[in-house]
Amino acid sequence: MAKLNYLNGYLPSSEWEMELTRKGFSEALLELGEENQNVVVLDADLAQSTLTKFFAEKYPERFFECGIAEADMMNTAAGLSKMGKIPYLASYSIFLSGRAWDQMRNTVDYSFCNVKIAAAHGGISVGKDGPTHQSMEDIACTQVLVNMALFLASDYWEAKKVTKALAAIEGPCYSRLGREKVPTLSSADTPWELGKANVVVDGGDGTIIANGLMLNRAILAAEALAEEGVFPRVLSMPTIKPLDTDAVLKAAGDTGGVVVCEECSIYGGLGSTVARVIGESDTLVPFKSVAIRDMYLSSGDPWELMDLAGLGVDNITAAVRDVLARRKKITAMG
Amino acid sequence: MAETMNLSHDELRELARTIRKDVIMMTNTSSSGHPGGPLSAADYSAALIANYLRVRPAEPYWPERDRYVLSNGHCSALIFSMLSRRGFFDPGYLLTFRSTPSRLQGHPNCCKLPGVEVGAGSLGQGLSVAHGMALAAKLDGQDTRVVANVGDGEMQEGNIWEAIMHAGHRQTDNLIMAVDWNDAQIDGRVKDVKRLDPVDDKLVAFHWNVRWADGHDMGEVCDAWDWAWGQLGSGKPSAILFKTIMMKDAGEKYEDIPGWHGRPPKDDEALEILKNLGYNYSSIEEARASYGEPVYTGQIPPKMSAAWADVVKAETCEIVRGG
Repeated sequence: MAKLNYLNGYLPSSEWEMELTRKGFSEALLELGEENQNVVVLDADLAQSTLTKFFAEKYPERFFECGIAEADMMNTAAGLSKMGKIPYLASYSIFLSGRAWDQMRNTVDYSFCNVKIAAAHGGISVGKDGPTHQSMEDIACTQVLVNMALFLASDYWEAKKVTKALAAIEGPCYSRLGREKVPTLSSADTPWELGKANVVVDGGDGTIIANGLMLNRAILAAEALAEEGVFPRVLSMPTIKPLDTDAVLKAAGDTGGVVVCEECSIYGGLGSTVARVIGESDTLVPFKSVAIRDMYLSSGDPWELMDLAGLGVDNITAAVRDVLARRKKITAMG
Repeated sequence: MAETMNLSHDELRELARTIRKDVIMMTNTSSSGHPGGPLSAADYSAALIANYLRVRPAEPYWPERDRYVLSNGHCSALIFSMLSRRGFFDPGYLLTFRSTPSRLQGHPNCCKLPGVEVGAGSLGQGLSVAHGMALAAKLDGQDTRVVANVGDGEMQEGNIWEAIMHAGHRQTDNLIMAVDWNDAQIDGRVKDVKRLDPVDDKLVAFHWNVRWADGHDMGEVCDAWDWAWGQLGSGKPSAILFKTIMMKDAGEKYEDIPGWHGRPPKDDEALEILKNLGYNYSSIEEARASYGEPVYTGQIPPKMSAAWADVVKAETCEIVRGG
């Protein structure tokens, strides 16, 4: 097996264990509750699922069950924030970014409310509940908001670190979490900084930028490509906004091509922003997006759906080969 | 520093007359805006800002202040006049309403103007925000009252009823909802567009204290506010349904006509309305000159925007944020 250069405390796939990103979120809330009296939590009848129930049990006076009313919850959190509280609210991604978008835009974002939105069950890997509960659009819906900081953690540790960090960021934040257990790719020591990418695997044959559970697939793709003698760089991009444009352009310049992998629509996600950043720069390199192309999926096994949507490891390796081939063609043209 | 003004009923009536003048002059000068609602709400709003809301105009972010949330944000001329006449900034600045660099936006923006607790414009949102504020005050053991001003037509929004259900459930008795019941919205009478009656019974069923008041009788208005302020400890949020008349005191040609919801008065109409209010100006220029310099004299809000905003021109950023 070809040897890959894992950096920053990231692990090869042979050492992965499975864990919920929601668990990282939930544990971070408990620590925040202890450390900061201003932290309050709201949920909309999904505390059992988002795992805010543990905060609710420990700090009942600082937990606000809002019932099945996401719009009301969003604005109640806005009001709490304007009194100096740091509200974390949780529900499913599709309901928060969809039903409560007007509240998120016209109150939370426009009035610069210090509200932390935890959007559980993001992406299509929600699986068997089907398209009404799958969320491909939330990243586009939130990235466009002027003040919103936007996060998509790839594993338990990133979810925990992001959740903890949100309390220290003044302003509205949206953090997407997933439903399924996913591999723990990083460790407690892996660095985390707002707006900074991490190099997961070093390499020079193009760069794969990924977040959420697509990061583990990006690493699997890098491991597969290594068997062919192709060594792409892998970047973890847990912060979508503000984007680490320096890391993007450095990777483009160093490696000659960029593939962005994400569990959301090709429209308005990380990929579209990375493509713009590259297009507006002097580092023009081939680009490919591995994301969902205009389709509602289906009920089904999460991992089967991911493959159906074109988010498989094979799709990523193909995208890297495509980018490198286009790079070669451009170089040959001189 | 006195946190309320304790004005007499006559003085409150005079303040309401001044607010009406401001609203007419602001909407006329900017040739845009909504005069109808502010004129219906002027009397009870004058009483609220002068005698009930505990605020410190020179220290607008005083933590123990009462909170006022204008949920029907199109009535922005009302809150700007209220704040100015309460001493937050000089009235000359009112005539910059709705112009590019002004802090006085078409719909209120808390990032630009102290005294505005939260932005509003998309209807139906303010009651939930006010409820969140009230819950925070409760959590901190403060006796802060939070008042949300809601339009009657606005009560057709589902978010309002979510908030009503939530506050009733939580027994949030430091929350007060004032409804401007002028029975007029853009497409006609509220009862014809989509009926809300019996709104009082509905609120009672949602576990609220409710009372009606004549929104233009200063004695009744003050009784209603006294009543609402006294509900702390009742275990229920409180609603005052103020029966009002759109464009009240503007004159027969204007009063109670839904079309004046969002139409600014032209120069001759503004002069006529001012005359009906008891202000005799020979020209609109003379009326405008009575306001003095359009300079902002209030406090500057803290910076409220993300550090990473991807703005191309820094100077554009300063213009839109600054004023």
